Amino acid sequence: MTPSATEIELRPTADDHRVARHAAAAIVLTVAEAAIPLPLPGVKPGLANIVTLVVLARWGWREAAWVALLRVLVGSLVLGQFLAPGFFLSLAGGLASLVALGVAAHLPRRAFGPVSHSVLAAFAHFAGQLVVARIWLVPHDGVFYLVPIFALAATVFGLANGLVAARLMEDRGG
Amino acid sequence: MSRGPALRAWLAAWARHLRAGDLLVLGLAVGVCIASALGLWQGGRPDKAVIRAGGKVFLEVDLSVPRTVEVPGPLGTTRIEIQPGRARVAADPGPRQYCVRQGWLATAGAVAICAPNQVSLALAGRNADYDSLSY
Repeated sequence: MTPSATEIELRPTADDHRVARHAAAAIVLTVAEAAIPLPLPGVKPGLANIVTLVVLARWGWREAAWVALLRVLVGSLVLGQFLAPGFFLSLAGGLASLVALGVAAHLPRRAFGPVSHSVLAAFAHFAGQLVVARIWLVPHDGVFYLVPIFALAATVFGLANGLVAARLMEDRGG
Repeated sequence: MSRGPALRAWLAAWARHLRAGDLLVLGLAVGVCIASALGLWQGGRPDKAVIRAGGKVFLEVDLSVPRTVEVPGPLGTTRIEIQPGRARVAADPGPRQYCVRQGWLATAGAVAICAPNQVSLALAGRNADYDSLSY
């Protein structure tokens, strides 16, 4: 078939395939996680970030950003949350944690592993969400009353996700 | 406990992935948790007592050292007792003793009013949960 002049041909590169595979894995984790009942809105394990951590360590920040943002976008479409408040909270958290990961990736690798990346990203995630929530959804300082709970969740889940990411990379010789 | 060694090996397998800097980050994270809980959840803790007599501020005392304050009023002397973190009207010449029977005040915003003797005791905090509290 000869391509006509109006046809635009997209040739996905190997990089694109890899991003898509990782994003798909992250989306699956997001959807699976949505089935877990949680006592407080906003507190969740963030299992999809395990994928982001692995991609960050293996392929660098650019690809991690692609995977994380595709996950936020498609995850919200699949769950029917696209453009709902929860979507903007996820987006704010995702962007904030990507900034944190960008900084954390420059820490010396010998001393700071995936657990550091994970905990720092988790704190940035809840901080980003909280700022959006304070400015837009709950314009009252009362939201900061929940900071200790979010901080505890970020510590615990950040540690757990970081350890899982570290072990995944170890098992596969990364 | 036959499970002990297995559990320890399991934990060690995870702990192997913790590097020195990770422990530092985790320590900081726990520190943020504790500091934010202490800083944000103790707004109700009072740090000073404001004593008024005849509508004017008679004395403002820090709630850190125990002491007793004697406040003169039209009926006599009201005795206010201060202890770390709390305060009460220990004795009052008023007829119904409402302010004395309120007992210890320990929340920012709490007030004991001895109306007949025109004396009041109020606790204030950095960020009180309430503007005023009475019972």
